[in-house]
Amino acid sequence: MNELQQFEQAGLRADVPKFRAGDTLRVHVKVVEGERERVQVFEGVCIGRHNAGMSSTFTVRKVSFGEGVERVFPLHSTRLEKIEVARMGQVRRAKLFYLRGRSGKATRIKEKRD
Amino acid sequence: MRTGLIGRKLGMTQIFSEDGQRLPVTLLQVGPCRVVTTKTTEKHGYEAVQLGFEEAKSSRVNKPQRTEFAKAGVPPQRVLLEFRVNDASGYQVGQTLTADYFQVNGLVDIAGRTIGRGFAGVMKRWGFKGGNASHGAHKVHRSPGSIGQNQSPGRVYKNKKMAGHMGDARVTVQNLRITNVDAEKHLLAVMGSVPGPAGSVVTVRDAVKKVEQSGNDQK
Repeated sequence: MNELQQFEQAGLRADVPKFRAGDTLRVHVKVVEGERERVQVFEGVCIGRHNAGMSSTFTVRKVSFGEGVERVFPLHSTRLEKIEVARMGQVRRAKLFYLRGRSGKATRIKEKRD
Repeated sequence: MRTGLIGRKLGMTQIFSEDGQRLPVTLLQVGPCRVVTTKTTEKHGYEAVQLGFEEAKSSRVNKPQRTEFAKAGVPPQRVLLEFRVNDASGYQVGQTLTADYFQVNGLVDIAGRTIGRGFAGVMKRWGFKGGNASHGAHKVHRSPGSIGQNQSPGRVYKNKKMAGHMGDARVTVQNLRITNVDAEKHLLAVMGSVPGPAGSVVTVRDAVKKVEQSGNDQK
């Protein structure tokens, strides 16, 4: 491990659950509204992870009122209260960008059973 | 004006601020630097200190320099640089300066050698738009176009932006804010980018234009 990785180590979250593309996540995001701070939940399918130490991110996609919405979260952000894995999916790709071109029934993902 | 320190750029990463903002930071290994020589107005006509950085095998240092290091009682150093100071008498030969010389939240200027890009065309070097990709363009896709007027002035102006050598030049970035200091590991993290590739030698000194914010107590 080089100096840079050691430096990053201090800022990494310890509470990141094991998840991968295809899993359905509930991401609890801290939102500041004026003075108050509250937690908002963004639930959707993880369509990809970008692993790069402290700079790691993951993308969550959901369809909200018929409109596809994707959010990219920094994995180690302090603004994320917690990440919950709601459902594990069985997929054969690391990046599920093909979901963007599909809607309804075609976006179903087989559940992973172990 | 205090002396600066010599360091090495380790690379960039990001950290999160208290309010959750992502900040780009550059990690540097700064020091330990040894004072090898001090120069005074009486003897040399100006005040400065020479700092050494990173121990070297004595066979890697030439003989005259080896003697200089021996005289200072300092092991041979790989990098030897001079810094102008206001008063060199505040430094002792052989003294070790470490990263805790700088303070968190202080501002520093960092100089390094930018990545060399060789002989570069005007699009890369100056951001010119180049020519058309199609519409009958022939051999002019990346060319600068016209470089001047006509019989008057009858010459190309000086400092005309043209193709040529790019990079591998000494560049100073001013007013970088220090986010972390770790004297034990000789690490310094500053917000923003620093010239040069990872692993290159850089010099770090108090911000010249904002001394009051440098965290420098010996003004």
